[in-house]
Amino acid sequence: MSVKINFPTPSARPGDIPDFSNYKFPDPGVLSVPPLEMTAEESREYANSLIRVLDKEGNAVGPWSDYLGEEGLEDALLQGLRDMLQMRAIDARMLNAQRQGKTTFYLQCTGEEAIGCAFQKQLHPGDMNFPTYRQQSLLVASGYPLKSLFGQYYQNENDPLSGRQLPTLHSAKDYGFFTISGNLGTQYVQAVGWAMAAALTGTDNISAAWIGDGATASNDYHSAMVTAAVYKPPVILNVVNNQWAISSFSGIAGGSASTFASRGVGYGIPSIRVDGNDFLAVMAATKWATKRTRGGFGPVVIEWVTYRVAAHSTSDDASAYRPKEEAEAWPLGDPVERLKQHLINRGKWSEARHKQGVAEIMDEVITAQKESEALGTFLNPQYLSPSAIFEGVYEEMPEHLKRQRQDMGA
Amino acid sequence: MAQMTMIEAVRSAMDVMLEKDPKVIVMGEDVGYFGGVFRCTAGLQKKYGIERVFDTPINESAIVGMGVGMATQGMRPCVEVQFADYMFPAYDQITQEAARIRHRSAGQFTCPMVIRMPTGGGIFGGQTHSQSPEALFTHVAGLKVVQPSSPLDAKGLLIAAIEDPDPVIFLEPKRIYNGPFDGHHDTKSVGWAGHPLGEVPEGYYKTPLAKASVYREGEAITILAYGTMVYVAEAAVKEAEVDAEIIDLRTLLPLDLETIVASVQKTRHCMILHEGTRTSGFGAELIAEVQEACFYHLEAPIKRVTGWDAPYPHAQEWDYFPGPKRVIRAIKETLEA
Repeated sequence: MSVKINFPTPSARPGDIPDFSNYKFPDPGVLSVPPLEMTAEESREYANSLIRVLDKEGNAVGPWSDYLGEEGLEDALLQGLRDMLQMRAIDARMLNAQRQGKTTFYLQCTGEEAIGCAFQKQLHPGDMNFPTYRQQSLLVASGYPLKSLFGQYYQNENDPLSGRQLPTLHSAKDYGFFTISGNLGTQYVQAVGWAMAAALTGTDNISAAWIGDGATASNDYHSAMVTAAVYKPPVILNVVNNQWAISSFSGIAGGSASTFASRGVGYGIPSIRVDGNDFLAVMAATKWATKRTRGGFGPVVIEWVTYRVAAHSTSDDASAYRPKEEAEAWPLGDPVERLKQHLINRGKWSEARHKQGVAEIMDEVITAQKESEALGTFLNPQYLSPSAIFEGVYEEMPEHLKRQRQDMGA
Repeated sequence: MAQMTMIEAVRSAMDVMLEKDPKVIVMGEDVGYFGGVFRCTAGLQKKYGIERVFDTPINESAIVGMGVGMATQGMRPCVEVQFADYMFPAYDQITQEAARIRHRSAGQFTCPMVIRMPTGGGIFGGQTHSQSPEALFTHVAGLKVVQPSSPLDAKGLLIAAIEDPDPVIFLEPKRIYNGPFDGHHDTKSVGWAGHPLGEVPEGYYKTPLAKASVYREGEAITILAYGTMVYVAEAAVKEAEVDAEIIDLRTLLPLDLETIVASVQKTRHCMILHEGTRTSGFGAELIAEVQEACFYHLEAPIKRVTGWDAPYPHAQEWDYFPGPKRVIRAIKETLEA
């Protein structure tokens, strides 16, 4: 006999049949809507179960569906479908553009569109997301100009950041989108500080922290959980559990030991777990969470259960570490297909209109993309002044940077 | 004018700024109710309330990370890391976040915060309460790095740092926190009373960042020092009876090269004194800049006296801490070269 340790491995590798049998998802509609003042202890059930609204047939069922109400709902759902389709079109076009060498790098959010697109609509002006690089759907749903989005992808004169950042690391203060760092987890605790400041300065704004399942292993995830539990500021602590952190499955970050939502309970923060591929569930849960935080009832943890359909980035080959068919086998389905079916059931949409809508949105995206490409891509790079390197390191440029700028000849 | 220790001067600076600007907050481990392990924030919570001056969990990354979130929202956090040695868990937040947010967001977000931390040795703190990590910050674009050597400067520089639009690392030398230092090993601390530098105005004033001061004028050699080492240099100069010019750098980044170069071109000799370890220490940067600007004026190689390249010891503290004896030897070697 000797002591033992555990090395978690995923349920399937390339060549295996995808296996999600370890996921026990409850039926839609079984969970009630808790009071806004729910405590961490009272949230245990929500942290281990799954809030779902859409059933297999695409019908909205249960208390969370009722919570959404009917007023303005159909317009919001149609807009949500449109936003998700636009997001998906951008993903497809940018993957190709990267393969053609027009940009250095891209990260798709395919499969996770519902989360950002539904979440963003519940925020108010002045609220702030602290996103990761896979939440571009927040930007798309906020009405961020495609001109600026593509400008940064192609690093041309429409890039608001003048070539300083990777193509997917946006910064859009006016759209409630905090500047993305690139190293993992740091934004999580910053969101707590931002929410504390929002309260200390007497605003009614809230912040939303975003992190992936893999980065919940980082220091600052825990820093944020501790401080959010201590000061109870108006922050929504989102964990997007998309099953894969590059090649490491969610179990490597501790996801097989407990749900990511239930970790929140351990810290003393009320926590809920939501079907991230169910647009209506995301909408309802976000409505509840924003009401709770804005109402002064403290922070909330939300685990969004979803699946990363694409590779981690254009530098990654997902087929090297997981079955090719795994995305299709994902038991919670495709968020676009599910919302489409729901709208068809409501009599507000049809297969024909969908086909037409997809084509129209793709045309819009291609038009914006072409306009941006005309200003320069990495195949025909536009001259960007190198002096941008030195500008804004400090508010006022110190002497040593002036000397270096002169040295460069900029 | 009031007589203050550096601790009182630092507290007075925060007091003035808490009073002046409602967006200033003070937070850190033990800084609230208790007033800080060095008492720098004593009485401030009582005066300004728990929403302006408060305790944090023991998590430096959280202290700085929360500060970043607050600063980018428009507040002016002045946070304390209890010892400079404890800043390592926060290093990522300081160097890759606070320092870069303005640049990477093209000015959409800015991070006007101050990160205070007691630095250096001389208090028998052993290897995790004695380090001088300034070079780990001066290597980082986007940061400003300040280290005062007197109560007067400590207050004026800290006020300037809190009002500065960029993140400032504010290093407070522990050896001279409680009173003056005659530069000799293991001298008992006494009050600043009677020491000319202990005179500190009660109200608001600023000492500009990025400006060195000529602590002592002289013609024979330029000694570059900051913090506690200014007093070690002074003791050495007195003992060696050398007409040295001592420059107190005050701000290490951005560096006031103009004052340094003017002095070295006059004295034609230069030596550098700091507590931090030698290899890749801040002295190396100073030597590089001085030789580039003053090579044809120099009559001897530039020497440096620094902490040794070994972890800071406990029992052998005074063998590690750079003292006048080593400085005198370096002065002589430079002048006789």
